[in-house]
Amino acid sequence: MTHQTVPFFPPKPSRTHEVCGAGALVFALALATRLGGPVLWVREGWKPDLLHPVGLLDFIDPADLLICNTKDQIDVLATAEEALRSGAAPLVVMEIGKPFGLTEGRRLQLAAKEGKATGLAVIPDGMGSNAAETRWKCTPVFDPVDSTLQRWELIKNKSGTLGVWDVRWDATSRRVIMVPPAGK
Amino acid sequence: MFDGMPRRVVSLWFPRLASDRALRLRPVDGPFALTFKHSNANRLYCLNREAEQSGLHRGMSYADARAFCPGLHSRPATPDGDRRFLHILRRWATRYCPWVGLEGDDGLVLNITGSAHLLGGEDALMADLRDRLTRAGFTVQAGLADTRGAAWALARHGEGVAPIGEALTALAKLPVAALRLDDDTSVALQRLGIRSIGDLAAARRAPLARRFGPGLLMRLDQALGAQPEDISPLPDPPHYGVRMTLPEPIGLLADVMEGTRRLLDQLCGKMKTHEVGARQLCVTLRRLDQDHQQVELRLARPLRDPHRILPLFERGLAEVEAGFGIDQLRLEATQVDPLPVQQISHAAHRDKDQLDDLVSRLGTRIGLENIHRFLPADSHIPERSFIIAPAAYSDPERGWSRPRPRPLCLFPPEPIAGTGPQPPARFRWRRMSLTTGRAAGPERIAPEWWLEDDNWRSGLRDYWRVETTQGRRLWLFFTPQAPGWFVQGEFA
Repeated sequence: MTHQTVPFFPPKPSRTHEVCGAGALVFALALATRLGGPVLWVREGWKPDLLHPVGLLDFIDPADLLICNTKDQIDVLATAEEALRSGAAPLVVMEIGKPFGLTEGRRLQLAAKEGKATGLAVIPDGMGSNAAETRWKCTPVFDPVDSTLQRWELIKNKSGTLGVWDVRWDATSRRVIMVPPAGK
Repeated sequence: MFDGMPRRVVSLWFPRLASDRALRLRPVDGPFALTFKHSNANRLYCLNREAEQSGLHRGMSYADARAFCPGLHSRPATPDGDRRFLHILRRWATRYCPWVGLEGDDGLVLNITGSAHLLGGEDALMADLRDRLTRAGFTVQAGLADTRGAAWALARHGEGVAPIGEALTALAKLPVAALRLDDDTSVALQRLGIRSIGDLAAARRAPLARRFGPGLLMRLDQALGAQPEDISPLPDPPHYGVRMTLPEPIGLLADVMEGTRRLLDQLCGKMKTHEVGARQLCVTLRRLDQDHQQVELRLARPLRDPHRILPLFERGLAEVEAGFGIDQLRLEATQVDPLPVQQISHAAHRDKDQLDDLVSRLGTRIGLENIHRFLPADSHIPERSFIIAPAAYSDPERGWSRPRPRPLCLFPPEPIAGTGPQPPARFRWRRMSLTTGRAAGPERIAPEWWLEDDNWRSGLRDYWRVETTQGRRLWLFFTPQAPGWFVQGEFA
């Protein structure tokens, strides 16, 4: 049986993308697994939610992960911009709490283009910036047999169509597999 | 043939260096001793004059000493500190001459050839030396002679000055032990009737050499100047600082960067010869109005590549107020780590270098201690199964293990309503009402009683992996010893 891969995943390289929803973490980690190499994770230091390295083992090696704790969102954006521009890490994930403007979004795009790195902003629902290349909404879905089922919606795409896919994470091959939606 | 200036050597002996140092820090009246634990017994290590007068001696057991002298004050000895202090004294002694070496654990040797007249002659020099050391609270015995051996003998055995070329006259009356001989040799010499150095010098050499080997005559010749002996001064620790004074003040960022680049080239050359790399650098800019501005840079890894360090300074230097202009730049490596020269291999180290540079650069913005990585830890408590370590001061470790499924993210436990040991069928969490669709568990984790942890006061925890029909997959736990339900993490 052949598994189909998700269209538009991984999203366009050298761009900044956005992801929201309860399953955003899985999307970020799946992307990190796909791109390989070190991952820079920029977050605000005061937030209580912390990645649990032992739980990440299905996705990436925690040794490849660098966490930057910053004091506010301005620093998150500045740090991410600098990291993207240097291109030392193929993926820079930033946790965003407040909406940010077109200027910041555009600067991130330019930095990603210069450093040939992919940026991913984990945003709260409905707080995207217009400069993002794509925006994804990921929600975990209950399934009686599979405990990794998720619904990924592409809700914004600057260069292509939108779509909805049901996916699951295959831990052995370490990749995202598309499953036909239930009831079809 | 020109003989040059006659060699003159001062030997200093501090018979009570350790206790003098301890008393300088905290003076005590009456008998005082330092004790040192050696092969499971406390023994006297060093003692002051009052303690010696009341009949105590070095190497005596501390219990005996207390019995002899009930009023004895004591402190533990720190031989490392004494050794360091002797190095400080050595450095101080370079005020008399540049050529100062250590003599054992409790002495110094100064080659004052040609420098005595700067302090008004040998007598004045000796008086000054003795004055300053006594004022600082040290017992000192000094000897001055033509050779290191003779000066040593005079310092240890009754102090004195041997005039130029008259070492034998000055030493003639001293016991043979003053020639730095071991105990066996000096006792054997005394049995032969040779008690003083004068007797030894008068005795025939061939039988002595046959009986005692060449060592004895070598020591005698060294003391009398027939055989040379060196004094090796210690090297000063390298100083990693360079500066540049400008004839005209500068103020443009590009100019300051260029100045820093030239200084960096010099400094990195120096660091390369010593095989070290800078961990922390500091540029001090002196302005025309005598104000100083400092720019500090902390690096994620020891570095000595000028072209890699320079861009990291850009951010700090851009914030400097130049005022009327800067006329002096000073660059110092305030912290250095060993960085041996390495073979450049064809394998790509470039990515690693790039990442280190990025960490350094981000460190200048958000602080190097705010960039972390995870290291594995040996604990079954979820919060303690990893360590958060600063990325700049740790190396990535592989070898993570996961005996059971663990959530992707952890947060401090958030209480939910629920009773009984089975997961609640419905609950509210973060203003969402959730319905349990499937639950796997329990996995019981007991607290680590050997560590104090307030979060685990509630005792055992039964962890459940709960998949809600709304989609969220949560990590819940129940505390049977203080019934309650909590959410602590979220799965993929």
